Amino acid sequence: MASAWALPPKSLKLSRLFFQMDQTDLRELEARCIQECAPWCEASCPIHVEAKSLCVAIAAGKFAEAAKIIRKTIPFPYIISNVCDRPCEDSCKRGQIGGAISIRALEKAALDFSPFEKAKIRPLPARSGRVAIIGGGLSGLTAALELTKKGYKAVIFEASERLGGRLWSYPDSSLPKENIERDFQVIQDLAIAIEFNRSLSTDFSLNDLRCDFQAIYLAIGANPMGDPNLFDFSPSGFSIDPISFGANMDGVFAGGSIRRGDLVHSPITSISDGKRAATSIDRFLQGVSVTASRENEGPYNTRLFTSIEGIELAARVSMKNPATGYPQDEAIKEASRCLRCECLECVKVCEYLATFKGYPKKYIRQIYNNLSIVMGQRHGNKLINSCSLCGLCKEVCPEDLHMGEVCKNARETMVEQGKMPPSAHEFAILDMEFSNGEECSLLRHQPGYDKSKLVFFPGCRLGGASPHNVEKTYEYLTQRLNDGVGLMLRCCGAPADWAGRKDKYSEAIEALRDNWIGMGSPTVITACSSCHLLLRKAIPEMSLVSLWEIIDTHGIPENVGVDLTDVAVALHDPCSSRNEPEVQEAVRNILRQLGISSEELPLNRRFTECCGYGGLMCFANRELSANVIRTRIEYSAKDYVAYCAVCQDHFLSQGKKSFHLLDLIFGVKELDDSLKRPVNYSLIRDRRSFLKKRLLEKFWGETVRAFDESEDVKLHLSPEVRDLIADRLILDDDLKKVIQYAEESGRKLVNKANGHFLAHHTLGNVTFWVEYSRDEDVFAVHNAYSHRMQILEEPKR
Amino acid sequence: MSDKQRNEKDSQWSCAECGVELTLGSVEVQYMGSRYPADLLRCEKCGQVYVPEELANTKMALIEKLLEDK
Ligand code: SF4
Ligand code: SF4
Ligand code: SF4
Ligand SMILES: [Zn+2]
Repeated sequence: MASAWALPPKSLKLSRLFFQMDQTDLRELEARCIQECAPWCEASCPIHVEAKSLCVAIAAGKFAEAAKIIRKTIPFPYIISNVCDRPCEDSCKRGQIGGAISIRALEKAALDFSPFEKAKIRPLPARSGRVAIIGGGLSGLTAALELTKKGYKAVIFEASERLGGRLWSYPDSSLPKENIERDFQVIQDLAIAIEFNRSLSTDFSLNDLRCDFQAIYLAIGANPMGDPNLFDFSPSGFSIDPISFGANMDGVFAGGSIRRGDLVHSPITSISDGKRAATSIDRFLQGVSVTASRENEGPYNTRLFTSIEGIELAARVSMKNPATGYPQDEAIKEASRCLRCECLECVKVCEYLATFKGYPKKYIRQIYNNLSIVMGQRHGNKLINSCSLCGLCKEVCPEDLHMGEVCKNARETMVEQGKMPPSAHEFAILDMEFSNGEECSLLRHQPGYDKSKLVFFPGCRLGGASPHNVEKTYEYLTQRLNDGVGLMLRCCGAPADWAGRKDKYSEAIEALRDNWIGMGSPTVITACSSCHLLLRKAIPEMSLVSLWEIIDTHGIPENVGVDLTDVAVALHDPCSSRNEPEVQEAVRNILRQLGISSEELPLNRRFTECCGYGGLMCFANRELSANVIRTRIEYSAKDYVAYCAVCQDHFLSQGKKSFHLLDLIFGVKELDDSLKRPVNYSLIRDRRSFLKKRLLEKFWGETVRAFDESEDVKLHLSPEVRDLIADRLILDDDLKKVIQYAEESGRKLVNKANGHFLAHHTLGNVTFWVEYSRDEDVFAVHNAYSHRMQILEEPKR
Repeated sequence: MSDKQRNEKDSQWSCAECGVELTLGSVEVQYMGSRYPADLLRCEKCGQVYVPEELANTKMALIEKLLEDK
């Protein structure tokens, strides 16, 4: 059978996606992530040597690779690795914790321990344009080299009888003469023309040169004598543009020491000037702007952020023999001290961001592509739908970037484009609709009142987890608070919001708002932080108070009669409480009132983590959600206490003993191990509809017409099968519908060995298969599974 | 489960309506706007198909994911 189930053919028709999310918004967001900004070493190096990569290579013992990194950027590596004035080291992040990395010494080691290589330069095809380079020092030579590479004809005018200027004045111990010769070989190899013993103003004037050359680069070093005759014009009128290095004479550029004055001797800046002047001259000769887009040339301040929290102090590796530099082992040790500066603050705390093996800048690009190009990337949808929208990233990001907002917008766009796969969120939306339907939703003033000053809004998940806790809480509220506390049972609409279903979301919110206004716009008491967060955003005029603040203020219920002082728990803040410090404080006060000692988890309060439900992560990416839960429950060996029913459910689902705060408040301090089960939506639904019946009966004395049991299909499931189908998100209701269909139509398969039936039926977008047997009027379910792919059966009846 | 065991298990199903053994046949499947043929066991008489649990949970689930990500 396998062969026919090959992967879908490549020729599948793919409809073009139209990009509705504001593209500039995405571009701006992408630009905000600083992960790809240069580390300090690289940014402050005038020619931007990639010192981080250098360290990575050397730390791995790859000296030849390290040498390649140096040669890529430094035109005269054997000179620079000895005499560089190393501004990189002044700004190196490691400098704050033990001492800057000895970058120059590592450059030297890279060259020492890799074979000598001649510079390999292949100039571009010749172009018209002759450039006179005045001065054969580092700056002039660099410019000559760069321009030759670009295909121009460069002629060097050197006042002395050799190239290199003051390089020759270094003692051999700091710069061996052979290093100079090695590095300058390339000038000869490229046959760059040099006129020795020709000095400006003595032997020729700038005006003389301007007849023969279209551009001139003045790299003569500082003007030592302050010779007023150096130029053919008044020196006081000579100025140099700081960006292009263009002088105020057409075609004349100036750099090196002449630009900076004699006091700052900086070989690396001379090289940088030479490169930058060459860029200007190239542009000048091509007749394009010499100043446009020249950001980040020369040293600049990087925007990067790197946390040094928790990094151990480590001092520079000292050289056994400073005269020869680092031997290999010392170099490796020194390079290993490099922090490999990067940001990744958000990735460090978010499992979702880590799973996709990138960081927000990359992800935003991927999402952008996913939404705008013809063919979606294979992981685009999953990336967009897996985020919990919890906002922790924004809290830790130095640039306040909120990936959740990016993902939610992208979901809305996908829904609008009709590209959202129904499998991602359909189950949750149906669950929300069930909560808001006749069977579960309820709206009442407090018995004996015809208006409500307050209304209790427990939210759909608390009722689904523990009708008992809702009942007790409502009782408490009506007893403690005056003026009438109404009751509203329904879902706030968060699932639709998270799913990007603007239609369903506004439907839910409008209904809720109408209900609320109908009650006289009372203050809403929320028990769930997600409801709280959503209502605050969706209905700004609604006055909200958290149940926990009420209990903190009005005191814990009396006469519960259970001693909780021996309970020790770790407290989990739900991610939606992140920006509600008062609520978080109230919860801690309640625990204190109860006499419970509670431990703080490492990521708490503002920095708390999602339980794997937020953003419907658990439906779109179950594996990730399970990992998130597992990580979260491992922070402490203590039992957890949560004040969100979903958090509690999720922790229990992975075997972590967890209380809901209301359990403790109402005196439950023992938890049965049998609660450690997969989240079971059938049970959740049953409890919600039970809750409505129960409260109507208890508080309003109304009996709800009992469901006609005779019509109902009676099921029997073993605990194992119950867990299995709960895990597969198959509801009892689905099982009943399939069995009913099979029994009425006769359409089913039968197993010769054990007599079991196997029936299937499509409900909405999902086809369910149920294996069952019948014992009088009870149907024992042995297995169930589902798929979304439709089978186009052709019944030949 | 080995292939052999699986085949044996699969062959234990027959159509309850027609009392007929299931045989391999080509059936069309459809998802996210794409259709293509697949081989499934089915009742030759009435067309009722059989999708084994393993197929639903592995290959079909995988293809669904792939089509969703297109
Ligand atoms: S620690 Fe490493 S990456 Fe960071 S600035 Fe220093 S050399 Fe560069
Ligand atoms: S919103 Fe939460 S889950 Fe999403 S990227 Fe940010 S921290 Fe991670
Ligand atoms: S925290 Fe994350 S999103 Fe923010 S700058 Fe750093 S890597 Fe980029
Ligand atoms: Zn049949």
